[in-house]
Amino acid sequence: MKRFMAFVRKEFLHIFRDFRTLIILFGIPAAQILIFGYAVRTDLKDAGIAVLDNAGDGVSKELTQKIEASEFFYVKKHLNSYEEIDEAFRQGEIKAVIIFPGQIAASVAREGSATVSIIADGSEPNTASLVTGYITGIVSDYSSSLTSAVTSSLPLIVPEVRMYFNPGLESHFMFIPGVITLILILICALMTSVTIVREKEYGTMEVLLVSPLKPWQIIVGKVTPYFFLSLVNVIVILLMAWFVFGLPVRGSIPLLIAECMLYILLGLAIGILVSASTSKMENAIFISFLALMLPTLLLSGFIFPIENMPVIYDYVSMILPPRWFVEIIRAIMIKGAGFAYIWKETAILAGMTLLLMVISSRRFKTRLEEEGK
Amino acid sequence: MEREKVIEVKDLVKRFGAFTANNRLTFDVYRGEIFGFLGANGAGKTTAMRILCGLSRPTSGRVLVAGIDASRRPEEIKKRIGYMSQRFSLYEDLTVRENIELYGGIYGMSMKEIVPRREALLERLSFTSYGDMLIRALPLGLKQKLAFAVAVFHDPEIVFLDEPTSGVDPVTRRQFWEMIYETASRGITVFVTTHYMDEANYCDRITIMSEGRIVALDSPSALLRQYGTASVEDLFVKIARPQKNTV
Repeated sequence: MKRFMAFVRKEFLHIFRDFRTLIILFGIPAAQILIFGYAVRTDLKDAGIAVLDNAGDGVSKELTQKIEASEFFYVKKHLNSYEEIDEAFRQGEIKAVIIFPGQIAASVAREGSATVSIIADGSEPNTASLVTGYITGIVSDYSSSLTSAVTSSLPLIVPEVRMYFNPGLESHFMFIPGVITLILILICALMTSVTIVREKEYGTMEVLLVSPLKPWQIIVGKVTPYFFLSLVNVIVILLMAWFVFGLPVRGSIPLLIAECMLYILLGLAIGILVSASTSKMENAIFISFLALMLPTLLLSGFIFPIENMPVIYDYVSMILPPRWFVEIIRAIMIKGAGFAYIWKETAILAGMTLLLMVISSRRFKTRLEEEGK
Repeated sequence: MEREKVIEVKDLVKRFGAFTANNRLTFDVYRGEIFGFLGANGAGKTTAMRILCGLSRPTSGRVLVAGIDASRRPEEIKKRIGYMSQRFSLYEDLTVRENIELYGGIYGMSMKEIVPRREALLERLSFTSYGDMLIRALPLGLKQKLAFAVAVFHDPEIVFLDEPTSGVDPVTRRQFWEMIYETASRGITVFVTTHYMDEANYCDRITIMSEGRIVALDSPSALLRQYGTASVEDLFVKIARPQKNTV
């Protein structure tokens, strides 16, 4: 134990002495949270639009006001003719143009209906569909209020939509669990593989192996600091999520931390496995990034819903630990679910962790025996 | 009077598949001796040394290191030996003192034992002013000396040096060998592999390996007399090379 502690202490010294390691450990997670949280948004806020008001009567003014009063849009430009539409889009400052036909109020009063055109910037399909969806919502909302006012007859069927768990449809709800998932696996796998491979590269591994430290003590000693620092990271991210984005943990915090510990162990096991397959630091970094970052981003369901993918991707994603962890962490943080709802995902992660640990400790042992013979 | 043996090797064989890396090696090393292990690359030096250090098991034969059987309890051997490799083995981002603490700790010493010995060591090497400097800031010669001092810091029975002086200037090599003598005089056995033939002269006895076998084993002067060569280098060329070329 004394030997082991001396070794762990050295590991901590390495970390705290290396500025770059500290940046990767703490700076990058914080930056990612802020970047994903603020810059990458799937919800709409303050999108610029233009209005071409051919009517200039009560209805068109009221509707414009309503649209502008929502927090989603502001009217960037008032256009005077159809010719200006093209130019407005090309300047790129607006996401949509709303066109009111002439005498819209009269048309509503006389025929009981009118048409408002919405032209959206289709070069950004996602934003365009959001924008049109929101505007349509506002327009139909207004129109149903008109209907009841004018004809005082009940409108037909009015759907009343409510977003469960996330009433404001805030995209942080989606990103913060995803960012935790991404950061933990990246940091754990990257840092452990690099720190182990570094000992090989510098020739210090040889000396450690000749020492009375047992191989498992070397490995456990190398990953112990990263286990604790990753936990600190989780706590920092959760605090940021709460104070910066107002996203509290609705479920049990001890459960959340326990699940994170499991996931961290899994990341460390991946790191050990990577370190056993290479003796060059660049390779370790390359493998960790390519093999972990991209699949986690694309296939974990963190950004792109798995349900929308061809079924083959669904199967592929099943072997990726992040997919299961994203579900667990979303369930706990946002739905406030207890263990009964996530035991299956937890069991899958635990199984994967165990498997990876067995494989990586085997590989590690055989590698050591091969080396330097 | 029979001198005390710290390493006893009898009929050591190590095979990797069909390849025989060590073919029936037999030799003894005595306490406090400086034992040189010579041989061309691929002659089987490293394999033998790894077995003696408890890193790898012999295929057959009897290997006792510090009285411990290398086939049965290699882990026990590791506690009783020190090791320094040709590749530099201190941590560059730790200070001199931290490196000593680390290796002392790994070899099971407590801080209470480590601190006074560490300070005495720094004093003896006149390194005290470097104590809190990072290893990376030290010149190579100092690093190498320090690496050796660290390898014997826990008073092992035997210290294994794997080409310890490669890439070091002659002055430092000379100082390094003075440290080796000093260590041997404290009763620590020094087992050293080297590429520098002139260094073989500094050893009490040398072994020359070729193609997995021991082809010569005696004191350098006795070997020179036996083979009638002027220097160890000539001797080496004479007995280690020709066999190599016939294959």
